[in-house]
Amino acid sequence: MAKSVKKWFLPLALVLVVALTFVGCGGTTTTPTATPTSTSTATPTTTLSGSFKIIGSNTITPLSSIWAENFMNANNKVNIAVSGPGSGAGIAALIDGTTDVCQASRAIKQSEIDQALAKGVNPYEIRVATDALSVVVNPANPVNELTFAQLSAIYTNRITNWNEVGGNDAEIVVFSRDSNSGTFAYFLEDVIQMPGLPTEDKTLQYGGDVRMLPSTQEGITQVAGNVNAIFYSGLGYINNTVKTIAVRKTADDTAVLPSVATALNGTYPISRPLFFYTNGAPAGVIKTFIDYCLSTEGQEEVLGAGFVPLP
Amino acid sequence: MLQQNTAPTAARVPGRGLKRRLRLGERVIEGWIFLAGMLAIVVLLGIIFILLKEGLPIFAHTNPWDFLFGTRWYPLAEPPVFGITPFFVSTLWVTLISTAVAVPVGVACAAYLSEVAPPKVSETVKPVIEILAGIPSVMMGFIGLALLSPFVQSLFNLPSGLCGLTAAIMLSLMSLPIIVSVSEDALHAVPKEFKEASYALGATKWETIWHVCIPSALSGIAAAIMLGVGRAIGETMTVLMVAGNALAVPASPTDPMTTMTAAIANSIGNAVRGGVQYQAIFAIGLVLFILTLAVNIIAERVLERQKRKFAR
Repeated sequence: MAKSVKKWFLPLALVLVVALTFVGCGGTTTTPTATPTSTSTATPTTTLSGSFKIIGSNTITPLSSIWAENFMNANNKVNIAVSGPGSGAGIAALIDGTTDVCQASRAIKQSEIDQALAKGVNPYEIRVATDALSVVVNPANPVNELTFAQLSAIYTNRITNWNEVGGNDAEIVVFSRDSNSGTFAYFLEDVIQMPGLPTEDKTLQYGGDVRMLPSTQEGITQVAGNVNAIFYSGLGYINNTVKTIAVRKTADDTAVLPSVATALNGTYPISRPLFFYTNGAPAGVIKTFIDYCLSTEGQEEVLGAGFVPLP
Repeated sequence: MLQQNTAPTAARVPGRGLKRRLRLGERVIEGWIFLAGMLAIVVLLGIIFILLKEGLPIFAHTNPWDFLFGTRWYPLAEPPVFGITPFFVSTLWVTLISTAVAVPVGVACAAYLSEVAPPKVSETVKPVIEILAGIPSVMMGFIGLALLSPFVQSLFNLPSGLCGLTAAIMLSLMSLPIIVSVSEDALHAVPKEFKEASYALGATKWETIWHVCIPSALSGIAAAIMLGVGRAIGETMTVLMVAGNALAVPASPTDPMTTMTAAIANSIGNAVRGGVQYQAIFAIGLVLFILTLAVNIIAERVLERQKRKFAR
């Protein structure tokens, strides 16, 4: 007995040391997911019950998780599962009937509506908030503002050095979300392809050296640790480890920093609506939930999560 | 067990009944085992069938040549463009480098464990290496992200540490346990007489390992390498997290790259079932399946040769 314990002691000790090293690395980067708070002692205001899923945009996930948690606290027989693989994934799930609510950071495309109708799904659009898409760099980067043309050139790899846009002589490390993301498609169509500008070009695509990341949080982490990195993300993910860039449509416009105020008054050029989609008009518990999201109380959470409430 | 259960009944029922009952039990079990065996085959054939059914229609949209050798992958463009060369080349880079790192280390470690190490050391080290095989790939990806990528970035003076090299190093750590474990078994199977003869001729330990043990176990070691390669080709989570996921054909290992597995994981989410992108992803899966199948078949053949060699 003692011998076998001895035999296992060294490997076990080594494994423990390694395991403790991992613990020191901090939290993982999994997407936030709301779980039912069964221990909630709040008295339910109604006798609502049921469970449903919200799948889609990674950008909206922090906001819809707060909504879902509050709603479940108030109605403890309701169970809402939120996950954020990306808007495209959410819309695909709505079309395939594998989600009840789809959260999307871009409007559904005509081709997707056609596919949905072909499968007997009738997408119903509800605007829930507004997002100001922020371009971020490392705080140590001297560049403070960029035009649409410069952003487009950076993301198509036609500009590869920061000194071409007034920064250090260093290679630009370009980060983007992957193609599952609504932000990926929105940034492509509304910034890279420069719609409404004389230089508009519908054939532009992301350059081959753009690094695609599976989550928005990971992009913020990378920019925080890399002086030459650039990334774009929803306002909700911005913190003081990164610096937001003031954006102007053309060189003649004034550069505007993304904020709740500038998105609300329409001066910030890259702001976009955020949507919920359901199959047909929502009913039952889903309708009650969406009514809560759109209520004054629900819209207060929008500001708290770093987004812009509905007018 | 069966005998015991039927014993009380046997007292009441004549011998022929017992025989029939036993035969019936035997039949049921035989049938069950047969079904279980068939199930595995049916499921495998089903997977191959689905891969073909969902993947082949892409060739009506993009011809096979453009699909396999096209260098641009833009599923959201109008019209969408599907060329998998960047992914194929990335998989090749990552696999080659991870194998180049893992094989010398793995085989040396196996030789050490089997021939040099005192029993106490090998008893301790082998379980540790086998535990390494049990670390989930997402953890390996996280280690790569948090620890290895900043190190690789500063060591090679790269713009970012998220690149093929980082992924390859993490993959080599993941295939190491397989390579060590299988090579060690192969070295262990080398008949004692070979080594004794070598020592009797005055060879040193190193000479015996290099000229006798490793050559005799070569086919087993080759199989170990192939298994390691198979692991590296198929791994998804780690490369998705640390390889950088760029769409250009990587010219050097320090470029960001997207392997075939990562490409599937990256775009499966927004692909509508039955759509063109969905078919393209399944076609990548088909290419990947053929690749890993080939590697596994080669490994199997080589291992068989090893077994026959010493089956005297």
